[in-house]
Amino acid sequence: MKTASIIALTLWTLLVAATRGQAQANADCLTCHAEAGMQDAAGHSISVDEHKFGDSIHGSLKCADCHATIKEYPHPDKVTPVKCDTCHTDEAAGLAGSVHAARADHPCTSCHGDAHSIFPKGDARSAVYPLNIPRTCGNCHGNEGMAKKHGLPSVYPLYIDSIHGFALSKEGLLVAASCTSCHGSHHILSRNDPQSPTYKANIPKTCGNCHAGIDADYEGGVHGMAVARGNLKAPVCTDCHTAHAILQPTASAFRMQSTPICGSCHQDKLSTYRDTFHSQLGSLGGYVQTARCWDCHEAHQILPASNPRSPINKANLVKTCSACHAGANASFVQYQPHANARNRKLNPALYFIRMFMNLLLAGTLTFFVIHTILWLIRSRYDQIKKKSAEGGSHA
Amino acid sequence: MPDLEQAADETREQTHAGERYFMRFTRAQRYLHAVLFTTFLGLAATGLPMRFSESAWARRFASGVGGFGAIIFFHKLCAVVLTLAFAVHVKDILTRGLVHREKGVFWGATSMVGNWKDVKDLFGHLRWFVGLGKKPKFERYAYWEKFDYWAVFWGMIVIGFSGYAMWFAPFFARFLPGWALNAVLVIHSEEGLLAILFIFSIHFVNTHLRPGSFPMDMVIFTGVESEEEFKNKRPEEYKRVASEGKLETRIAEKPAIWLVNFSRVVGSLAILIGLVLLVLTLSAYIRE
Repeated sequence: MKTASIIALTLWTLLVAATRGQAQANADCLTCHAEAGMQDAAGHSISVDEHKFGDSIHGSLKCADCHATIKEYPHPDKVTPVKCDTCHTDEAAGLAGSVHAARADHPCTSCHGDAHSIFPKGDARSAVYPLNIPRTCGNCHGNEGMAKKHGLPSVYPLYIDSIHGFALSKEGLLVAASCTSCHGSHHILSRNDPQSPTYKANIPKTCGNCHAGIDADYEGGVHGMAVARGNLKAPVCTDCHTAHAILQPTASAFRMQSTPICGSCHQDKLSTYRDTFHSQLGSLGGYVQTARCWDCHEAHQILPASNPRSPINKANLVKTCSACHAGANASFVQYQPHANARNRKLNPALYFIRMFMNLLLAGTLTFFVIHTILWLIRSRYDQIKKKSAEGGSHA
Repeated sequence: MPDLEQAADETREQTHAGERYFMRFTRAQRYLHAVLFTTFLGLAATGLPMRFSESAWARRFASGVGGFGAIIFFHKLCAVVLTLAFAVHVKDILTRGLVHREKGVFWGATSMVGNWKDVKDLFGHLRWFVGLGKKPKFERYAYWEKFDYWAVFWGMIVIGFSGYAMWFAPFFARFLPGWALNAVLVIHSEEGLLAILFIFSIHFVNTHLRPGSFPMDMVIFTGVESEEEFKNKRPEEYKRVASEGKLETRIAEKPAIWLVNFSRVVGSLAILIGLVLLVLTLSAYIRE
């Protein structure tokens, strides 16, 4: 009993001593480091705001917990940098294999901000709070010089004007996709790495984390199935929507830019589409909608005409065309949106009509151009030689 | 002030001693031409950007006026006005010819319908161009004017029908086969292109820009022509009217200065717009 008491007393004394000793240590450090604007020899701030630090996620820690090499005062001028990975092992491991692995260029603080005022990511004061992430990443990835030096696209301006950027910065939507939603945070990989969420084959799943319905449609369409089979020539979300500068799909600018994107693979279809009124009007921009590729083919669940569920299946054409053309009937949908007037075998009627019209045009103009040139020469000749102006007061 | 009175007399004398003027086109005919060329310019200016929608100028023009919504609106507006003008003209012709039994509407010297003299005039004119004969003596409407007229007439029907077929495609599909909906665009754009190229090059030069009329023939604007010009350009008509003893009834006032100047401005503007459109069309056509 006596022994137990002694042990308990010793432990208590040790505990109190330890606690008091540490408490004294923080206060000791702040005797100097509380001074605002305090800098080391290299010009880095070594000033600590006691209250901010107290509020921060590390507020319960003692200086020496991180600055482990400092045991006594005075400490040397040069101190070993703090090793966050002592505690944050998973994050450190993730970072080690990532594009930001070079620690000297990408210290933890480059994203998490001032080491003494790090807040949890759910706190609006945090540099990695969802609404602050684009600005945090944009410090480097919105910087032209930086982008050039490292061959990075300067994506911040693209993102911030996008539908995601707008939702985040203007609407303040926490669910709006920010950088980390697609790229992850610590273990960010190059899009060429098959493990990366931004690797082409993984993009539908990445976007599908939020856009689950669209992803399901896409996976059921020809493009989704092709990608699932390993055909990486087939487009994924970003091929049509772009990765960062994603526009509202109903916006005129998006409708203007997307048809050529489909046409970059479907060249023959684009060229025949170009001949139609749909395209002629569509190319001019403005506020009226004309049919673009996906208005007839669907945007995500694109199916071949042979599929009964396809909007361009014969059975569905009247319904599809009626979306714009009220009153479309069975004869109306015989219209060929990709007719080729230059192809005699595919569209003989159109071919001969076009040929006739061209001959009429060429014939009429040829005759009259010759006729008019001869006339011009002759009447100018008369005008000079015979001073005949046909009585007009014009010449 | 005898000097001033004398001066006034001289001026008056000059005016009176000046040429006589003859009426060639009625007010209705001049208005018809004015409606025709304004709507035609409107149709061409809005139709060409659609036809050559891939070219940079078309897109710049379209975005300048509010995109294709604005373009198609003005195209349809001009089309409706021109259709009405065409209907009024056809009704006028039919009333004059069938109801009032007016002579010379469907046949004869004053008719727009072609005749044997037009064929002879065409070949005679061609021979004169190369110095193989005398210049033919033209009647009220020369063969190239009749061609202009019938080209527009045919164009109105062909371009008009194909245009309305596109505008009201579901309605036309009730009695047209599906491939016709493809054909109407080809027909509309090719025939429209022909009309534009023809009017802005051949009609402009033949009627307005050739020596003897340069820079424009004012008669379609003022309605009247000086006696000398009338005699020179339409010797047969002058002769016929004189032999009928109706020359006096055709005498008109010298056109007012304001009308001449106004017509010059409007006409020059029309020709200028036409020539700009012609250059744009040719440049886009060659690049295509």
